[in-house]
Amino acid sequence: MSLVETFFNWSVFVGALPSLLEGLWITLLLGLVSIVAGMVSGLLMALARLYGPKPVQVAARIYIDVLRSIPLLVLLVLVYYALPFVGVRFSSFTSAATAITLVSCAYTAEIFRAGIEAIPKGQFEAADAIGLGFFSSMRYVVLPQAIRIVVPPLTSNCINVLKDTALASVVAMPDLLKQATQAQALAANPTPLIGAAVLYLLLLLPLVRLVSYFEASHRQATR
Amino acid sequence: MKPLIDIQGLSKSFGAVEVLHGIDLSVQSGEVVVVIGPSGSGKSTLIRCINLLEDYQGGVVLVDNIQVKRGAGLAQVRAEVGMVFQSFNLFPHLSALDNVALGPLRVKHLARDAAHAIAEDLLVKVGMAEHAHKYPAQLSGGQQQRVAIARALAMEPKVILFDEPTSALDPEMVGEVLDVMQNLAKTGVTMLIVTHEMGFARRVADRVIFMDAGRIVEQGKPEPFFNAPQEPRTQAFLKAILQH
Repeated sequence: MSLVETFFNWSVFVGALPSLLEGLWITLLLGLVSIVAGMVSGLLMALARLYGPKPVQVAARIYIDVLRSIPLLVLLVLVYYALPFVGVRFSSFTSAATAITLVSCAYTAEIFRAGIEAIPKGQFEAADAIGLGFFSSMRYVVLPQAIRIVVPPLTSNCINVLKDTALASVVAMPDLLKQATQAQALAANPTPLIGAAVLYLLLLLPLVRLVSYFEASHRQATR
Repeated sequence: MKPLIDIQGLSKSFGAVEVLHGIDLSVQSGEVVVVIGPSGSGKSTLIRCINLLEDYQGGVVLVDNIQVKRGAGLAQVRAEVGMVFQSFNLFPHLSALDNVALGPLRVKHLARDAAHAIAEDLLVKVGMAEHAHKYPAQLSGGQQQRVAIARALAMEPKVILFDEPTSALDPEMVGEVLDVMQNLAKTGVTMLIVTHEMGFARRVADRVIFMDAGRIVEQGKPEPFFNAPQEPRTQAFLKAILQH
């Protein structure tokens, strides 16, 4: 069997394509849910870490440190295989979304914190001086500026989240990678794996380019 | 008449260093008070205690009979006390118009049209109408400071605090900002101004206060204050800065 027939077998690819696309859809869905949930919770975590009462700040710091230290795969396996022993049974999608969100929340919190801390003290004072309360100051003065600063690292984090969704195949989630490995087993040919790799690249390469673009335009804007 | 600002026995420390030693000061409604003194004398700290940008350890600060303290009422007191900063502190992501309209819009909760109408009027007043849609980065220092004054006015504050409003400006831009402030003083706005501009103090102030080392050393109407200061420290300070 030739190399082309082994790795780039057209008929196998065409046969596997429907399930690959199904997997891609699940991957996208899982990525989107985790990204949105991770960003919202990460922003709240950053605010808790910076402005919460002392015990809340400490708790937030511990959360962020722990979740940034634990390997995502370990956390995922814990959620899916360990929690049922205490009666908590999540579907593979919920397990994956939960584990990825918990970790993304920690990273996003650090990104937002850095952005907020980069805003000059005078901005907070000016907002205070016109009588904006804490949440209005954040919403109308601080966060619009901070988010602009953190767009490149946030986008970068989105890429990581999308890539990490591939780990969900470990908990029997029919995502892109899982579909590919199943199709590979079925056809006894690795072409579906190549197809999945190509689909991952098509999805993520533009995002990687986008981060570089954001970084360059940010450098320009702050010069 | 009850003073608009009433400060009694105000003391403030940064760590172990006490920078204000029991200040008493009251400002009547409509009064223009200029605070002068050497760097580090506590003038800026004093006015920053009035809207609690600085916490203080002792004494009482009353604005319109309401004590300024941490808690639920603070934002409301702050909304009634305007502030103009040395470094302008305009919001860089908002146009001049939106900078001025933000308070009316988000603190007073006016409709967008009403807030913008107020902002436009005030920008006319400070001579910045034609720059309404520019962003702070596109404006000179003097222009930014005039927008900042309009922003403070937009909340219709009972008093405006000026913290060295011209100290960060290029010399040729000082005049335009002082002109706006002088016009403001004529309209009866209560103003408490920390500045090094002695000519301005002499022309515009109802009362001049000299601070040194965290205390009010001397105060009085501008004419007697500048022409015949009583305290040796005031004399030395005025002599040193008026010689040039």
